[in-house]
Amino acid sequence: MKNDTIAGVSTAVGNSGISVIRLSGPEAFLIADKVFRGKNTVSDQKSHTIQYGKIISDTNEVMDEVLLSKMEAPRTYTREDVVEISSHGGYTIAVSLLNLLYKHGARPAEPGEFTKRAFLNGRIDLSQAEAVMDIIQARTQRVSKVAVRQLEGSVSQILNEIREKIIILLSNIEVNLDYPEYDAEEVTLVQAGKETEGIIVELEKLINSFHFGKLLREGMEVVITGRPNVGKSSLMNRLTRKNRSIVTDIPGTTRDTIEEFVNIKGIPVKLVDTAGVRETLDQVEQQGVERSIKAIKDADLVVVLVDLSQGFISEDKILLNKVLEHNKPYVLCFNKTDLIKDKASINEMSETYSDAIFMSISENKGVDELEERIFGFATENSQDIDNQVLITNARHEHQLKKAKEYLESALKACDLKMSLDMVALDLKVALEELGKITGHHADQDVINAIFSRFCLGK
Amino acid sequence: MSDFIGGEYDVIVVGAGHAGCEAALAPARLGLKTAIFSLNLDSIANMPCNPNIGGTAKGQLVREVDALGGQMGISADANFIQSKILNRAKGPAVYSLRAQIDRRAYSDYMKKVLEMQENLDIKQAEVTDILCENGKVKGVRVHTGTIYNCKALILTTGTYLKGCIIIGDSKVSSGPDGLLPANKLSDSLKELGIEIMRFKTGTPARINERSIDFSKLIEQPGDEEIVPFSFMTGEVKKEQVSCYMTHTTAETHKIIRENLHRAPMYSGDIKGIGARYCPSIEDKIVRFADKESHQVFVEPMGLGTKEMYLQGMSTSMPEDVQLKMVRSLPGLENAQIMRPAYAIEYDCINPAQLKLSLEIKGIDGLFFAGQINGSSGYEEAAAQGLIAGINAAMKLQNREPLILDRSQAYIGVLIDDLVTKGTNEPYRMMTSRAEHRLYLRQDNADVRLTPIGYEIGLVSQERYNRFIEKSKMVEKDIKRLKDTIIPANDTNNDFLARHGSNKIVSGIKLYDLLKRPEIEYKHLSEIGQDAELPKEVIEQVSVSIKYEGYLKRQMAQIEQFKRMEERRMPEDIDYSQIHGLRIEARQKLNSIRPQSLGQASRISGVSPADISVLLVYLESRKRKLSEGQSC
Repeated sequence: MKNDTIAGVSTAVGNSGISVIRLSGPEAFLIADKVFRGKNTVSDQKSHTIQYGKIISDTNEVMDEVLLSKMEAPRTYTREDVVEISSHGGYTIAVSLLNLLYKHGARPAEPGEFTKRAFLNGRIDLSQAEAVMDIIQARTQRVSKVAVRQLEGSVSQILNEIREKIIILLSNIEVNLDYPEYDAEEVTLVQAGKETEGIIVELEKLINSFHFGKLLREGMEVVITGRPNVGKSSLMNRLTRKNRSIVTDIPGTTRDTIEEFVNIKGIPVKLVDTAGVRETLDQVEQQGVERSIKAIKDADLVVVLVDLSQGFISEDKILLNKVLEHNKPYVLCFNKTDLIKDKASINEMSETYSDAIFMSISENKGVDELEERIFGFATENSQDIDNQVLITNARHEHQLKKAKEYLESALKACDLKMSLDMVALDLKVALEELGKITGHHADQDVINAIFSRFCLGK
Repeated sequence: MSDFIGGEYDVIVVGAGHAGCEAALAPARLGLKTAIFSLNLDSIANMPCNPNIGGTAKGQLVREVDALGGQMGISADANFIQSKILNRAKGPAVYSLRAQIDRRAYSDYMKKVLEMQENLDIKQAEVTDILCENGKVKGVRVHTGTIYNCKALILTTGTYLKGCIIIGDSKVSSGPDGLLPANKLSDSLKELGIEIMRFKTGTPARINERSIDFSKLIEQPGDEEIVPFSFMTGEVKKEQVSCYMTHTTAETHKIIRENLHRAPMYSGDIKGIGARYCPSIEDKIVRFADKESHQVFVEPMGLGTKEMYLQGMSTSMPEDVQLKMVRSLPGLENAQIMRPAYAIEYDCINPAQLKLSLEIKGIDGLFFAGQINGSSGYEEAAAQGLIAGINAAMKLQNREPLILDRSQAYIGVLIDDLVTKGTNEPYRMMTSRAEHRLYLRQDNADVRLTPIGYEIGLVSQERYNRFIEKSKMVEKDIKRLKDTIIPANDTNNDFLARHGSNKIVSGIKLYDLLKRPEIEYKHLSEIGQDAELPKEVIEQVSVSIKYEGYLKRQMAQIEQFKRMEERRMPEDIDYSQIHGLRIEARQKLNSIRPQSLGQASRISGVSPADISVLLVYLESRKRKLSEGQSC
């Protein structure tokens, strides 16, 4: 219970954009050494010092530049060997780093587990025992809420389908084992192998999609709107070129709005470029306008782009009112400041519109500030984007991968012509791993399936 | 009151079925003065249902009972009329022994074992009252008013408590097999504050063999090579009798459907909860309407009788319907029913009231075993009987109770399931219930349990010596296989080719050779590398080599499991006072009162976070205690 090494995030992505990943346990230094390249190895690093270095992925790529602090037991938070890795990379990097640590033998920390260990190892005073118990229970409830939210929709449906398939295969095998004289069709190793293979393929698909999770796939929706030719596409290009675009297979990109997924400081963002909005009689354009207004309705944040060289005209203001009508948070951006000779007028404007960003997309001015705004908005307002989601996502992915390992072992047992009870053993563990995500008990499910599917009796 | 005191005992056992016999033999063999009560001494170790012992998971239970020094295996070996190993091809974790038993011979044999046992008195009487004083068992009163005093009491009443037999619309107060019911004892239990449940089970009809046309049945002979249950039984050679198979027809299903309204299960006359795995034939036809035919096995009840048991045709239909149903089976067109099928309802206790020792919480010295705990099956009963018997003795000898955990034995799984989770239907053992079943095999039951039985004192020196001898042979042969390297020559490669195995290019250890699924131990004789060893030794050697990888993984799981089991929960915890536990967890923990953190984690309604909270609680309690001491 105590003597394994755990990994988790100890601070939120938060406004700072820094996440701290903590490793605690006897193998903390060993595991850290497998992912970290610095001047010294972590094992050789002096205790209670900080070292700069890089996180290296399995494929030998540099994932992130980080600061690593090493703390030898017992003068640490948990009184175990502790490593803390501070990363600037934000959400995706943090998840990838966690995954990497899990892969090298760390176990996902349970909610409140660092604190629990601190207490069990005597670092936290007896008088705080009750507070510790509260923390454990409260964090668990928070995490399970997040997990439920995370598992809503298609992910949970696919997961349940996979579980169901394993349960059926297992109950087919188990009924043969527990009721050898019952006239159920005998499952052969070849059949079992074939079905296991099919399940692995589906699980693989789920794992691949899971990496970005619901949050990442849908992201925070930022809609860029404005009259035609104010620079919406340029802004979009600038943002997508600058930020690594997230590969997506989301269908339904409409002709009139262009959607791109980008990762802004670790926050997944779906950028929507609307067709130019203005009052029009043109039938085709009218449709575009309606779509744009719909996009505004769905947006988490609207960027209202204005061509300041043309002035802040009534059409811009009508558009801004539309956004206000829908009660949407927005960022007002005055573009093409480079075309304005009269700098004083800009200053004047900035006094009136103190929240607005004055930018020149073509000169790449003000774009960084917009990014800051988007990031700040996301981390302030979105409950979803906090370390719980991050941890939950990584934890789920870890369980899925473990389940896959056991399914592969079952497949191998079939290929090697081991006996069916060994195959069942692997399948059962795979099911248990998936059950850790969904909170189901493998044994009960299989036994229930046996009785509901087969007609047994004396 | 001038009650007649009929006797003073250390241990009294009420009921002489499969649980009762083990429960009485164990303390008597451990030197305690013991008495066993039965409503009828002609029904000792009776098999009112199927005439067989063993089967999947149940066979493992019998082996475990035997390895601990219990009786069932030896009695079964002495009285079987057909023996079979099930699942031979499906893997070592699920090999299971099953034997058809001569019912009367078994009962007589067991009665004599009881009669011959030192320290054991056998009495025919109905126990009507449990006598308690200050939360401690004092004795029992029987129907005649006589009182028997005891220090520990084990109730193994089977299906007799307020037993009620239902056939169609006839509902009669009765024990199984037409024996007397015990109508008073459950009231005495209720008065003690014990929660009673009502369960239901059933049994099919018995047919006169002479009325069966065997030419239409499929014969099922026993195995040529007989494997005994007991580690003490040597080689067995015996003439065996066959079982037979037939099946239900469209006609059978039609008869049942047309008469469903007369089935008590559907008319609402039966209130007891039956088991899902043991449905009546009418249940099967309703629930699995698309299945056109069900198997029916025709099994002999013994050598001294022509009665045949119809496995698969359990029912509570009225007699006229039963006769039509039976006669619609191929080969049974002229069948004469000797005893009709029936359903039986009975009282049992909610087993979640028990400790893992099978003593009930709150009443000192009162133990329960067998069907009264909500289980079903002779083997499940015997296993619990043995544990209750041992623990009654341990208590009186001021020794630690024997609690087998889920990684040690099917017995541990059985008792932990019943006690920790309770049951809402008669509980049957299955291999799929045992998460460590690869380790809980029938071939190594002695490795797992004989040292424990020896420690307790139930395992004789002779049995223990045999076990040690066998273990040495296993160890020695494994060493030989590890040390012997065969060269890559033509003889050896021809041998491998013959068995469809890959060629070797350099020398290979026999040990590694045996890891190949296609190479079996017996094949080694072809290259002169086998050893003259008993079958059971070879089996254990083969399994431990062939499945080494899986076994290692299982042992790692077991180690992890043990760490949680070893964290004892102090008995005086008031869970309702533990800060941070959810309300549901507090209630469940207070009622089950787990003995270890591991057991707590298996209670439904106790979450992993609650377990973390308990860990913190245990630690703070420990620190408080040590701080208190230092003052």
